[in-house]
Amino acid sequence: MTQAPDTDAVIAAFSEIPTLLEAAPALITSGRFLDCDCRLGPMEQPFFVAIRAGRIIEFTAKPAMMRSWRFSYRATALAWSEYWQPMPKPGFHDLLALTKRGDAIVEGELHPFMTHLQYFKDLLALPRPRQAKAAA
Amino acid sequence: MNGEIEPMVGRYVHVDIGGDMHRIYFEESGAGIPLVCLHTAGADGRQWRHLLADGEFVKNFRIIAFDMPWHGKSNPPASWNGDEYQLTARRYTETIRAFCKALKLDKPAVMGCSIGGRIVLNLAIDHAAEFRALIGLEAADFQQPWYDTTWLNRPDVHGGEVCAALVSGLIAPQSPKATRDETLWAYKQGGPGVFKGDLYFYRVDGDLRGKVQKIDTDICPLYLLTGEYDFSCMPDDTKRTAAAIPGAHVTVMAELGHFPMSENPEQFRRYIAPVLAEITKAKASPKQGVRA
Repeated sequence: MTQAPDTDAVIAAFSEIPTLLEAAPALITSGRFLDCDCRLGPMEQPFFVAIRAGRIIEFTAKPAMMRSWRFSYRATALAWSEYWQPMPKPGFHDLLALTKRGDAIVEGELHPFMTHLQYFKDLLALPRPRQAKAAA
Repeated sequence: MNGEIEPMVGRYVHVDIGGDMHRIYFEESGAGIPLVCLHTAGADGRQWRHLLADGEFVKNFRIIAFDMPWHGKSNPPASWNGDEYQLTARRYTETIRAFCKALKLDKPAVMGCSIGGRIVLNLAIDHAAEFRALIGLEAADFQQPWYDTTWLNRPDVHGGEVCAALVSGLIAPQSPKATRDETLWAYKQGGPGVFKGDLYFYRVDGDLRGKVQKIDTDICPLYLLTGEYDFSCMPDDTKRTAAAIPGAHVTVMAELGHFPMSENPEQFRRYIAPVLAEITKAKASPKQGVRA
């Protein structure tokens, strides 16, 4: 039985992504041509993320007035919690598996998302190994 | 091991497909029951290399994996005028039958994955008597699309990167990194628009809902195996398909995704070995093909 996810824990895990990215130079390299403002995170409270040359230069959950973004990828707290499991269950193991099952929504101008699809899959999976280590 | 040479041999055969001559690359290994293997959309026959090198399977089977035209080392035919490549159900069926005929295969078994799994159902519907057994991996009569295929071939998106990134999520998380990477490498190498063109068959021209009921497994046995992590052809899609086909064998494969033979060959072997053993046994005591 899946337990109800702790939304605060999901937000806390998201907050670690910029630090985790700085420790992943290969991932930064794969995003070296990416400049993009987007929204990533929980369905109700996504983070505004500014990426320049593959690096996150701004990552904030604070509401911002009239902030522009090119695309948004949002998922339920349950989806993120399952996505970050050391060995995710079928259907929870990929960003597009989550959209297919209706637990995530991708919207907006998708060009930067699609040109850097593996980058975003790997970026948003960064909390996964941390949890795997914690569980070990 | 340094200096190890694998047993499969690659050659080209000239095949007349619909009146156009094609130079088709294939690899083969072993002797016995011909087993023709069909790769997934946008990839090539290298996906079957572990099966081709399996010391046990090649004792009973002549395993053959060919690259579809436009894929791998099978170039587009000389007659191609540059029109957009689009695989149709008719063309795909014609290609497989022409290849088997060109190699003079005697009632082969055919195993296909993904689009190869779907076309196996077409073969079961229309040409069952030509085959000894049919195996569909990640096969269903229909599955719900989960992305817009126009992203696969446009000048402002790197085709290889986007094709590989899209299908990367179809691989089970348990699959080893090396075989995962190798599976994706084929997608990074595909020709422009080829993956998209294959999906024309999958998405537009190959809907078999309402047709699979015609399959008679007394004429040709049908095995359907689907990985639990395949969210493109989900296990429920395969089960729904099989429910309409009396006698179809269904297996859901644990810890495997959409590319079982290449993403995790060891795990796949656990599931395909009993199927191949059954086909071998059926040859020893034949009972199929007796209907008029």
